[in-house]
Amino acid sequence: MAVAKKEQELIVTVSPHIRNDETVSRIMWTVSLSLLPAFVFGVYFFGPRAVYVTALCIVGAFFSEWLVQKMTGKEITLNDGSAFLTGLLLGMNLPSSAPFYIPLVSSFVAVAITKQLFGGLGYNIFNPALIGRAFALITWPRAMTTWFEPTAAFVGLDAKTTATPLAILKEGGMQKIIEIFGDKMSLYTDLLIGHRAGSLGETSVIALLIGGAFLIYKKYITWHIPISFLATVALMAWIFGGREGFFTGDPVLHLLSGGLILGAFFMATDYVTCPSTRTGQIIFGIGCGLLTILIRLKAGYPEGVMFAILLMNCFSPLIDRNMKSKVFGLAKEAQQ
Amino acid sequence: MSHQHQEKVSYWAIVKNGIIKENTIFRLVISLCPAIAVTNSVKNGFLLGAAVVFVQAMVNSTVALLRNFIHPRIRIPIFMLIISGWVTVVDMLMAAYARAAYKEIGLYIQIIVAFASILARAEVFASKNKVGASFFDGLGSGLGFLVALVTISFFRELLGKGTLIGFTIVPVKPMLIMILPAGGFLVTGLLMGFFNWIDMRFYGGKGAGGAGGH
Repeated sequence: MAVAKKEQELIVTVSPHIRNDETVSRIMWTVSLSLLPAFVFGVYFFGPRAVYVTALCIVGAFFSEWLVQKMTGKEITLNDGSAFLTGLLLGMNLPSSAPFYIPLVSSFVAVAITKQLFGGLGYNIFNPALIGRAFALITWPRAMTTWFEPTAAFVGLDAKTTATPLAILKEGGMQKIIEIFGDKMSLYTDLLIGHRAGSLGETSVIALLIGGAFLIYKKYITWHIPISFLATVALMAWIFGGREGFFTGDPVLHLLSGGLILGAFFMATDYVTCPSTRTGQIIFGIGCGLLTILIRLKAGYPEGVMFAILLMNCFSPLIDRNMKSKVFGLAKEAQQ
Repeated sequence: MSHQHQEKVSYWAIVKNGIIKENTIFRLVISLCPAIAVTNSVKNGFLLGAAVVFVQAMVNSTVALLRNFIHPRIRIPIFMLIISGWVTVVDMLMAAYARAAYKEIGLYIQIIVAFASILARAEVFASKNKVGASFFDGLGSGLGFLVALVTISFFRELLGKGTLIGFTIVPVKPMLIMILPAGGFLVTGLLMGFFNWIDMRFYGGKGAGGAGGH
């Protein structure tokens, strides 16, 4: 096929580069595969609607990609998997209660406006799936914060709506959340497995960690962004998160809830929109962590991962420019 | 195009130039701030556009009338005085006879003083041309601004509130983001791209900014 031949080779670090046979499409499909465990857990907890919402996102993403490439006379690159991945990520970031137009419109915003209008794959400033979600959250705030209770699916129960742990934390504090989940241990277990309200793919921490570990093992992402992101959130949550004063917050709760794990491993590490130097990536991760905690604790929204990553996306080029690696063999002045 | 219309160019051609070829918003890409600030409803967009048509036409006529008496070195302050004079006229007229509308967009009426488009037309056209041509240039440029504002606010009000000039058109859940500033940028950008596409596809143009002039 002509498509296979034309696939771009991927360069993700500063030079010198080692060439290998990795292609954009192989990476895209592998990342999609690594999201599968979390998606399966989402379907288990939220039922057929999770499949329905995600499928609409993927269809919308494919259609938008095809439409813009057709209109602009570019080569149609549906098989490179990037539209699929964007659709899948967007779907996993939406509540399972979302009515049909939310996945369709936000996937169009994600792929057509955020990616294709900026020049296509590799030229977008912001993470497409997150812009799609941000658009949906601002446009339909009510529908986007209506969460179905995770009724282990397929038992034929009517879906009840409830609040996410972070929303409960913001409203009622730590006591309230322990009241709802029983004791601290069962709270952590529930969060780890994903038995809680939230976006359909963000809840199961354990499944997301399996996917993230797989990506690190395959060397598709490095530890720098996720670890610095998570460590910053944990530290800041511990210092500032408590209501009784400094150092009384619950870092574990903050780590396990919201879209933090999904964001840290799968969204913040997007090659196109994160810095490419190692130091830059650590700065990027710390920035994401600080903004996340700032939004979670002080702003109007209960969750801040999405806006934190989007804001740090703006800084990626700036970080990269100031983190140029040293040119080997040149005198110090010549490097300036 | 040259801005010296000493003779032979019809007034209609000058007006058309202001509306289409040198449209303030979509072609020259100036005065975008008000274009995004007031366009969350068609009524406000139209009212501000109408005020700008009046101010632009009057400013251009006045500048053209006085162009031989203004020393080139201090022309910008003089232009600003003329502009603020006419804006004050509109401001007081609206405050007296259109209270309701004035309450909503009064701030933006006063800010017309600082619109790049007004000063730009005075500088590039009215200071070099006769009164008649300048008046019609101001009229055309103002009408171009008006058309752009009404177009943007048409989409924003329709998508963001589901209404047009206050009447409910679409009964489904509206897209809130469209009446927020972010929606203004989105709609303006997409419309600009659309008009560029028309220009390139059917008239062989290069699109806004491509010409590199003005």
